Amino acid sequence: MTTRKTLLLFVVGLLALLSFSSFVTAQDLPFAGVELDVLTFTGPQIAEPLQRRAPDFEALTGAKINVVTVPFSDLYQTILTDQATGTLSYEAFVFAPQWMVDYVVPGYLEDLTPYVEADADLQWEDVGQFFREFSASFGGSIYTIPLDGDFHMVYYRTDVLEQIGMEPPTTWDEYLAVAAAANGMDMNGDGEGDFGSCIAKKRGEQGYWWITSIAAPFIQTQGTSQGAFFDAETFNPLVNNAGFIRALEIYKETNQYGSPDELAMGVGDTRGMWTSGRCALTLDWGDIGSLAVAEGSQVNGLTGAVISPGSTMVLDRATGELVECSAETCPNAIDGVNHAPFAAFGGWSGGVSSQIDQLAKDAAYAYFSYMAQPAQANVDVTIGATGFNPYRISQFEDNTAWLAGGFSEESAAVYLGAIEASLNSPNMVLDLRIPQNQRYQGVVLDEVLSRFLADELTAAEAAAEIEARWNEISDELGREDQLAAYLNTLGTQGGN
Amino acid sequence: MELENQLAIPGQPTKKKRTSGIPTSWLDNSARYVLIAPAVLIVLVMAIFPLLVSLYLSFSRFKFVRGGFEITFIGFANYNKLFFGSEQRHLLGKFAPLTPLDMLVMALAIGGMVYLMYRYVRSDRFRIFGFIMRIVAMIFAGALLLMLLASLTLAGWILWVLCIAILFYALFLYTKTAYYHPLGVIVGAGIIIWLSARLQSVLILPNAIGLPGTLSVTLMFVLGGVALQYFLGLGLGLLLTQNLPGKRFFRVVFLLPMMITPVGIGFLFKMMTDTLKGPFSPVWIAAGLGDFAMLGQGDTARLAVIIGDTWQWTPFVFIILLAALEGVSKETIEAALVDGANRFQMFRYLILPEIIPVSTTVILIRLIESFKLIDMPNILTGGGPGTATETLTLQAYVGWRSGDLGGSAALAYILLIVATFCAIVFVNFIRRRLLDWVK
Repeated sequence: MTTRKTLLLFVVGLLALLSFSSFVTAQDLPFAGVELDVLTFTGPQIAEPLQRRAPDFEALTGAKINVVTVPFSDLYQTILTDQATGTLSYEAFVFAPQWMVDYVVPGYLEDLTPYVEADADLQWEDVGQFFREFSASFGGSIYTIPLDGDFHMVYYRTDVLEQIGMEPPTTWDEYLAVAAAANGMDMNGDGEGDFGSCIAKKRGEQGYWWITSIAAPFIQTQGTSQGAFFDAETFNPLVNNAGFIRALEIYKETNQYGSPDELAMGVGDTRGMWTSGRCALTLDWGDIGSLAVAEGSQVNGLTGAVISPGSTMVLDRATGELVECSAETCPNAIDGVNHAPFAAFGGWSGGVSSQIDQLAKDAAYAYFSYMAQPAQANVDVTIGATGFNPYRISQFEDNTAWLAGGFSEESAAVYLGAIEASLNSPNMVLDLRIPQNQRYQGVVLDEVLSRFLADELTAAEAAAEIEARWNEISDELGREDQLAAYLNTLGTQGGN
Repeated sequence: MELENQLAIPGQPTKKKRTSGIPTSWLDNSARYVLIAPAVLIVLVMAIFPLLVSLYLSFSRFKFVRGGFEITFIGFANYNKLFFGSEQRHLLGKFAPLTPLDMLVMALAIGGMVYLMYRYVRSDRFRIFGFIMRIVAMIFAGALLLMLLASLTLAGWILWVLCIAILFYALFLYTKTAYYHPLGVIVGAGIIIWLSARLQSVLILPNAIGLPGTLSVTLMFVLGGVALQYFLGLGLGLLLTQNLPGKRFFRVVFLLPMMITPVGIGFLFKMMTDTLKGPFSPVWIAAGLGDFAMLGQGDTARLAVIIGDTWQWTPFVFIILLAALEGVSKETIEAALVDGANRFQMFRYLILPEIIPVSTTVILIRLIESFKLIDMPNILTGGGPGTATETLTLQAYVGWRSGDLGGSAALAYILLIVATFCAIVFVNFIRRRLLDWVK
């Protein structure tokens, strides 16, 4: 009996000592007692690394991180209503930089420029220039810390292309030619014909993202700050012209080489088709690269990647017609082909609420900085489950982390080469970031494109309707205000 | 005391007994307000206030600005855009030019409504308020019919006509002039003539056909879904009132779909309709439909949504009708059996009258619920291909999600008005008549 009592006493004493010591150490930590609610979407990707690294961050700084998730389609609205109503349930957010403008203009996001300037560990210069100057910034100030690099690329089956004796596509016309040649071949040995091209065209999901990737090389030629969505002077949509109409035709033609139910497919479906070896070509974000080497993939070692295809014909904005590429019309062309890789979505980034107390702001910034520092980020981007794609220069220079993540030397080189080519392109296309851009893209573009793909409209009718309805939204929200915001995102006009 | 006060003659002072300085009558009088006030406040705050705010929102433009939000009153601009502006095609559909036969159908419908009105005016049920409401209903029904005539695709119409035929059959089964009600014959003949003419014009001019907007799509889902759910539910209910083995087991099994979340059912049907990887893909391929995608074509995608919705909600109709069917008196049925009634006669003259009150209630509930359908099309097709499966609720949700609060409030009000109109017409025109007949 007494031994039990002694033992109990001992355990209690030990616990008391432990809690005291942790209290003492916690007192020494910079953010002891700070608790942050960080909002993002249900994932599991993106939320996974944020949750996994939270205990390490707490041990380092004392700040407790709770990662709260909502479905992707509700994220934009949840952040907006939380901040607008002053509920302030969340201190920080991980979201699409595309929505930044809707949060920056009403003043919900903290200007992070002084934090970044004072933070040597972040190694800001190591972050790709595009992400630093465009994705993370608005009107010359930094509002988000990039955690992910997002742009569209084309993936191809190395074995299939070898079999049909064709090179990876550099233009959209070549893409169609490869898709047509490969369509119907058995690519995974199950005795059934497979598909030349797989693109997720479901309405309400990713169906409307791809058209910008196809149209941009026809429309944007003079570098990122030229913009691919609107005319920088009149704010007229760059839609009702020969370039966009040609892109619509190309987009629709890919239907012929895809699965019959492609109009009802999201990226979850097309990625599954890719890894089960049913497609010769696909257009996707960086995720395919790490999924192809993941367990259960039938295309490990057979997946190649190239920069999003370009065009040899480009739009003359004065006449609305297509002209041949020349040194003047396409200053950024490679071998006569104008590429305009589309930074669709822009990569998940962290932003801090401006309406919380200073200590919480510091802690939230420190957390994003910790996540983005090379020691953490360069490992996370190699893991498929994180959903993070490379965005730092050092992530391309050293392939050890990639090899550890399951890539072969060759596949890592091809994958990183395609990303690097996109990232280094001075003609990268920034996603639309004007106020209420969801209405332009998620509502109008999505609906009209879906009707066009379902044969309810001709290409010319679709282009005219998008133009008319985009103009209507601009007039409703104020054309001058929208233009000013557009120029701000392109970085051509400082200050806000 | 209270009684005394109420009986007091006006103009004459009432005697008041005072207890501790406060008149008891005052206490008595205020007590009811005090007791009712919380309930009234809750109703006002929870129901009427949001309704009024969203009504105001539908006439305004909402914008987030520094330090809060800004609501600008813009009059009917949101409604104008939906009915006459850039969203007209989306809401009401693409209109094909009306053929002479369309006009004939329209004339027949208007004629029928005028005839009913004439009978109403001549009857002793005539009231001014009822008359005005009937005029409003006529205009509303006429506008809806015009929209449907001009915008439905052929397959949409075939589905539509099938449902109407089922409903008419069901209606006239209830009445005594079962097989030749003049109105039924006129409407039926009109529909058949119109449909055959439509078929010919489609074969000659494929572009002469319209495309449904979200309002027509919603109505199609409501009518098609509710009709199917009712008849399947009734069939299952009748089956389980027989003395079959495993009755209890099937009663539970038939109820299961109702317990599953609609999102889950959306994914279930997404998998089932997949002709390439789904569980039925061998059947599809064997039937030569391997290259066909059910969700890739407007009409078949709509069918998929109706099947999914029916699968989920038939159990609801089934369980309520089963309770009603089990309440039918056994003695009466046995007596009828002894008198030599056949099964149809027993159903028609004994069971049906007993279950009509419950049937009309369950149809009304499903009718109102179906107008709010969103989960199935959102998961299954995202409203696509095109706008083929987009319901009004989905359209309003997409608008709200992207920050267009005024536009989506206007849509929500349109839905409220249409659903209320259909429910009122159902209650006044169909339910009341059936209940009268049962009495």
